Amino acid sequence: MKPARFDYHRPARLAEALELLSGHGGNCKVLAGGQSLVPAMNFRLARPEILIDINDLKELGRLEDGAQGLRIGALVRHAAFHQPADDSELSRLLSRVVRHIAHYPIRQRGTFGGSLAHADPASEWCLVAATLSAEMTIASTAGERKVPADQFFRGLFTTAVAENELLTAIEIPALPPGARGGFYEFSRRAGDFALAMALAVLVVDGGVIRWARLGLGAAADRPLRLLPVERMLEGRLADAATFREAAAAARDLASPSGDIHGGADYRKDLVATVVERALTEAAS
Amino acid sequence: MAESRTFTLNINGKAHTVNAAPRKSLADVLREDCGLTGTHVGCEHGVCGACTVLVDGKPVRSCLMFGVQAEGAEIRTVEGLAAADGSLHPLQQAFWEHHGLQCGFCTPGFLMLAVGALEENPDMSDDDIRDLLSSNLCRCTGYQNIVKSVRVAAAQMRGQARS
Repeated sequence: MKPARFDYHRPARLAEALELLSGHGGNCKVLAGGQSLVPAMNFRLARPEILIDINDLKELGRLEDGAQGLRIGALVRHAAFHQPADDSELSRLLSRVVRHIAHYPIRQRGTFGGSLAHADPASEWCLVAATLSAEMTIASTAGERKVPADQFFRGLFTTAVAENELLTAIEIPALPPGARGGFYEFSRRAGDFALAMALAVLVVDGGVIRWARLGLGAAADRPLRLLPVERMLEGRLADAATFREAAAAARDLASPSGDIHGGADYRKDLVATVVERALTEAAS
Repeated sequence: MAESRTFTLNINGKAHTVNAAPRKSLADVLREDCGLTGTHVGCEHGVCGACTVLVDGKPVRSCLMFGVQAEGAEIRTVEGLAAADGSLHPLQQAFWEHHGLQCGFCTPGFLMLAVGALEENPDMSDDDIRDLLSSNLCRCTGYQNIVKSVRVAAAQMRGQARS
């Protein structure tokens, strides 16, 4: 349970970190909060030869809120969301979601950017990014590029971030006026990885759904934004019958794999339940 | 490949200069290089919480940080809880009085977890306390007496803060 040897670098500037990544690429791992990477190293599932600790890059630790939405530096800790950053529905929603990420001590170290770069399909922040059309800023010595969420997640633990690149910031657009969020996660024990989770945001006016966002986590090899179900919801009554129909449609779009925590069919049933509950909360 | 390096840690207000490999966890550095064996090492992958210490006031898993990363931070361990005259911290006293421990292996982690969280928010609800304590594992007590101990200590710490 001890990690293999590595060379340790703690650059003081972003440019220095990018130089290191550019020079070493595939032998490197970026160390942010370390709450997923270090266990993997302790198990020797990960054996990077070079570790680039980015914790001194204070410019990556800023959380900025504005009318356009939130700009979250890659190094912003989960715990920064324990209290809403402002009085927007987006910030309130994130402060509810964050309670489901592991446990309090893990949330003190783990980072928003680290979660996205790790791309665990059961990650709450990955679900948020995919559902709410976040845009990721990725830097290298060649400059910066922006990648939308639908092109960022490429599969199990796989993202658009190349070996010589660093995820530096995540922008989540503000929700439309009147939007309300709902989130539901099922896990075996408090703080465990989700077996299924859903995030829903609705604008309901006169009992009718005018705008819908719906995403699923822990139900495929990456977080899923359920565009067909969103289109189905818009224009419909925000009632139990609609949400049951949406839940059934979501179940059909999910492709969870079975493991010791539950078989694939059981997990698909869970998908329907979490979707129905997230939508119900968003409409309440 | 990396050889050991020399760095200084600030632990319970005291400087400890150590020579350790970068891959050595903060927990192992505390125990083996600083002689502070109050911090216990359980699962070594962030699940059990026995190694919880405070880094800049925040409870963290010291098995998921490398010792070298804690350079420049203010570290507090269970050895720093009691006063200089040996009188126990309110949490230690409450664990003693309310049977919050049996074998004691998990106790340093629970103490540091609760100290850090109560210093951030002394007004935690009972639900918040139970949610917090779900962070760490105890195989003896069944948790009820740990919850009780933290609840009692929280009330005392609130009283002290207001007096």
